[in-house]
Order: sequence, then structure tokens, then C-alpha cells
Amino acid sequence: MSLAISARGLARHFGHVIAVAGIDLDVPAAEIYGFLGPNGSGKSTTIRMLCGLLVPTRGTVTVLGHSMPRDAEIVRRKLGYMTQRFSLWDDLTAGENLDFMCRVYGLDRATRRVRIATRLRDYDLEPLVEQRAGTLSGGQRQRLALAAATLHEPQLLLLDEPTSAVDPQSRRDFWENLFALVARGTTILVSTHYMDEAERCHRLAILDRGRIAAEGEPKQLARDIDATVIEIGNADFVSARRALAAIAEVRSIAQLGNRLRVLMPRTAVEPERRLREALAPANAGASVQRVGASLEDVFVAATRLGIGADDTPERAA
Amino acid sequence: MSGLWRLLAVAAKEVRQLARDRITIGLIIGIPTIQLLLFGYAINFDVRGVSAAVLDQSRTSLSRRLLGDLAATQVLGTLRPAVSEGELRELMQKGESNVGIVIAPDIERRLADGNRAVMQILVDGSQPALENVAQGLGAMPLLQRRGTPVAARPVEILVAYNPEKRTAVQIVPALCGVILTMTMVIFTASAIVRERERGNLELLITTPVSPAELMAGKLLPYVVIGLIQTTLILALGYWLFGVPVAGSLIDLYFGALLFIAASLSLGLLISTIARTQFQAMQMALVVMLPSILMSGFMFPFEGMPAVAQGIAQVLPLTHFNEIIRGIVLRGAALTDMRPELAKLAIFLVVMLSLAMARFRKRLD
Repeated sequence: MSLAISARGLARHFGHVIAVAGIDLDVPAAEIYGFLGPNGSGKSTTIRMLCGLLVPTRGTVTVLGHSMPRDAEIVRRKLGYMTQRFSLWDDLTAGENLDFMCRVYGLDRATRRVRIATRLRDYDLEPLVEQRAGTLSGGQRQRLALAAATLHEPQLLLLDEPTSAVDPQSRRDFWENLFALVARGTTILVSTHYMDEAERCHRLAILDRGRIAAEGEPKQLARDIDATVIEIGNADFVSARRALAAIAEVRSIAQLGNRLRVLMPRTAVEPERRLREALAPANAGASVQRVGASLEDVFVAATRLGIGADDTPERAA
Repeated sequence: MSGLWRLLAVAAKEVRQLARDRITIGLIIGIPTIQLLLFGYAINFDVRGVSAAVLDQSRTSLSRRLLGDLAATQVLGTLRPAVSEGELRELMQKGESNVGIVIAPDIERRLADGNRAVMQILVDGSQPALENVAQGLGAMPLLQRRGTPVAARPVEILVAYNPEKRTAVQIVPALCGVILTMTMVIFTASAIVRERERGNLELLITTPVSPAELMAGKLLPYVVIGLIQTTLILALGYWLFGVPVAGSLIDLYFGALLFIAASLSLGLLISTIARTQFQAMQMALVVMLPSILMSGFMFPFEGMPAVAQGIAQVLPLTHFNEIIRGIVLRGAALTDMRPELAKLAIFLVVMLSLAMARFRKRLD
């Protein structure tokens, strides 16, 4: 397995704030690797260190076989970057933006013509070529940004929350485009706070407060979860919640429709019985059932959210 | 070579964006034009063409020659004859004449006598500048001389290089520097900071474009704009105010180019410090105000205290004012301006080094 990115002990401090607290990272080539984490977990800072925008406080990074940030200029030619914000020029048309980016990458006239035509076709931008980027919709802008980031056929694409301002259908199309790129051998590193997007990745790192809390294939992560997941139905949720919160081992309670999803450590003894007992006075008829873990459970378990904390990452729309 | 193409691509992009920014285009042309008209016409301390009513009680060849001399100063415009003192006062009251001139019936005797006024000047006191006019007229040598003073020659006002003592002659070249400072410092600083604010810079610096290519590409259009503005000001100054360029145009444009580069480098430095366009504007103003007030544009340089003169030495506009006044008004050559050119060059090198040291292709 060849690696597109390899980092050891990577850390970045901003004054007293530790944005990334020393992470090890191995991103295999020609796969989609996901960073899942809430805002402030260090996703953007890590991506910025990988493309040479920030210098690590500690640690080493190798990107496409080059040491960063020393070889940043070499890596920049092989790397495409999509920023969190739309960062093409609002007052230029879609076509002009692509043409400018081609020139910045030093592509000659013939190559420019071919590449721009292909991207316009592939990303469904042909009708928008004369339209100013500032007037495009969220989904259109994102397709334009992806087209611009791939003009020079980079080996590695770094995408920083590319779908945060995009409707669900556009997000599906966007992921189709990413898989098409991977099929051609491009490595993609994408950060997200959407669970459904994280599930699509070949591999995933869950970031929490500057550390990697869990890492692996999404399915494997769900199987290996260090927690027991129990669903409670048919209960009065207000009183049930209060009763469950009193149990020290309950790590998280989240409501999903008319069910409560409870996370407890794997080490908890007879969890169903204990929950049933706790619920009994007010909710004797409640159903208590052990279920398989979802990626969200993995996320919650990994980031050790406290009791009653419902501020898990945004759920897929 | 690919570096040059990238630079030109950045410049072409900048021009395209500028061309779409109608307000900025308007400002590029509008600021010099409006300022020139404002300073050239409105701020004019030397009043000319004042309408006067004249009551000539003498009606001799001597009084007519006296009036002829007054007209020759161009301070007075139309001379409206009045038949009586009452009519003269009425003309003034209506505002049709701002100055009233009464020539005594016996001017020959009064002149010979030497102690009595031959001429009375009435001034519309509601307009302060006119008092200076009256004093100017009162100070004319022909009125104070004994014997036969009314020689057939106009009143002589001797001021070197600006014989007519017109404000426009001083304003036009000085305004050139002020407007260039405005455009070069504020426009360039905000052009770069805007890209940072909008996130364009974060994308650009992950591409192979080098800082030098990026900076040069972004600044190149503004150099051209600066030269266009210089041309506009000089052309308007020539057509509207009759201010010719005494020296060589090549010298003038070379001096302007050096000043433009110095101002751009300052704008560049500001852009590496300011995080928002508003901050850039504030920082630019910190330079703009002293430039306008202390460079000799508004007050004579010699009259300022030593500390202020020292500060003024740091401002590029001070030296450019010297250069452009020399070339436009005195017909000097660049070789006469070596100290000023050297100071501008030092300013350019220092600012550029600081800006380049601060601008990195990184976010930290």
C-alpha cells in the first residue's frame, strides 16, 4: 500500500491554543480519506499544514514523497486544494476563473482549451460559462471550485468541508465526482462534519480537540466501537432521560425520533438490566434493546461526549 | 519564462476585475478631475476679475490712464461706469459690483500734493477675500508717487515662476502627488487585502505562483493607472488653468514613475499588515493626512517647525512635490533633483524589503 500522505507527531499551536496536538496519519494513495470532527477539532489546521499554508509547530509530514514544508513549492504543482469558503473570484465568470487558474498553473494554450472544455462538461458547467461566479448557486459554485482544483490534474486533492453550503442532491453528485477522480488514481483527503459523507470514505479519522480519537474503515470502526449501544422506546422521554442520566456509566443519551439512544462502556455489566431497573418506576413498559453501532455512535464514543450532551455533529439532511 | 506569464495572468485578471468595478473606475478618473477643479477653481486665494463700479469724477486723460492701469492688473474685471455716488452704492448693494472705485475730481492736484488720496476704494465687506484685493490695489505704486507717476506701464507684481500669482499654478503639480498617493496607497493596499478577506489569497498561495509574481502582477495595473492619472492632471491643468510643463516630459514621467513605485511599496507593506480593507484604509489615512498637511502641499514647508520638517522628510510626497514643482514650474532637469530622487529610492527599497519580508506564501 503506497502512501500519499504520512505524518508523525504533527502538532500546531496558535499561541496558547493547541489546534493540533500531535497526530500520526497515513493516507493510502488513490482512496478517499475522511476527517470527521466538530468545528475546532483541528481538521482545517491539519489540511493547511499538509498543503504548506501553515508550518507545523512539531512533527514531520511527507506529502507525495516530499517533505513539507521544505518542498512546498514542488508539492503545490501536484496538489489541488478546495478551501472551506468559495475562494474563486466572484466578479469573474466561471470560464474566466478556470482560464485564470490554468494560467497560474502554467498550462499552455492547447492544454488549457482541452482541460477547460472537459471540466465544463464533466461538472455540468457548460451553461454557466459566461455567468459570474458570484451569481452561482451553492452547488454550482462547488462544482466550479472542484473543476478549478482539478485543472492541473493533481495527484492529491485536499478538500476542506467542501459540502457545507450545498443541498443534499448536489452533495450526492459531488461525491460521484470524487469517486470518478479516485478511479483515475487521485488521492482525496476530505474533511466533513456529516456522518453520511464520512460513511462514504474508504478510511476515516475521527478528530477531537486536535487528536485522532479513532481511525480506520467506517464499517470496522462501527464493529470495533468501545461501547454498548442500547435503544429505548415506548417511554416518557423527559422522565426517562432524568432516570438514565443518574447512572454514572451512561456516557451519552440522544433522542432519535421516538427512541432514545444510550451509550455505555463495553465494560458495563448487564447494561440492559440496569437500564430497565432505572426506568422501572415511571416507565415500566419501556422497550430496552441492544443494537449495532452507527458511525455517529462511534463518533460520540470516541469524542467522549458527556451526559445529556446532544451537540453531536450535524446529522445528514 | 513561465513566471512572466503567470505575472501577466495575474495582471490581466486584475484589469478585468477593475474594468467591472465601475465605482473604482469612476474614482480613478473622478478623484483627479474633481480635486483639480475643486482646488483649481474654488480654493483660489488670489481673486481675479472682480467686477467694479467706477465713478470717475475727474474725467481727464490722467484718470482714464489710471483706470487703464487698474484694468491691466486683471484683478478687476468689468469696470462699470457710474454717474453718481448714489448709483455706485446701488450697484454695490445689488451685488452687481463687488468693488467701488471713486476717482477724485482734482486728481492732478492731489497727486502733486502727495498727501491726499486720489482714489477711494469701497469694498463689499461681506466677502472677506475682497479686502485683500483692496489692499493690493491700495498698495499700487502709482498712487503713492509724487510728480508724474502715471507712467504708461501696468502695475508690476514680481513673483518668480508664478508671475500671475495664481493658485492653480501651484496646485496642479502638487495635486498630482496627492492624488497619486491616494490611488497608489489606498487602492493597492485594499486590492490585496480584499483578496485576503474574500479568501482568494488562501487559494492563490497554494498554487505555483510566487510572491513576487503575485505582487508584481497585482501592482502593474496600478502603475499604469498612476501614469494615466498623472497625464490627466497635467492635461486638465494645461487646458483649464493654463499651467504648462516648463521642463522635459520624460523627466517628469520618470520622476512620477519613481514616486508611484515608492507609494505602491507603501501600499504593499500596509496590505501585509492589515487584515481587513477597513484597517487598510485607516493605515493609509495615517500616511495620507500628514502627506497632505506636511509635504508643502498646503502650508509652506519652510514655515513648519523642525519636528514637522523632520517627519515630512520621511514622506515620499515631500520629495515628489519638490521634483514635480521643479520640472513643471521652474523647468528643472532630473539631474538637478538628485537628493530628492535618492530619498525616494531609499524609501522604495526600505518599504519593498519590509513588505517582501512580511509576505509569505503562508497563513501564519
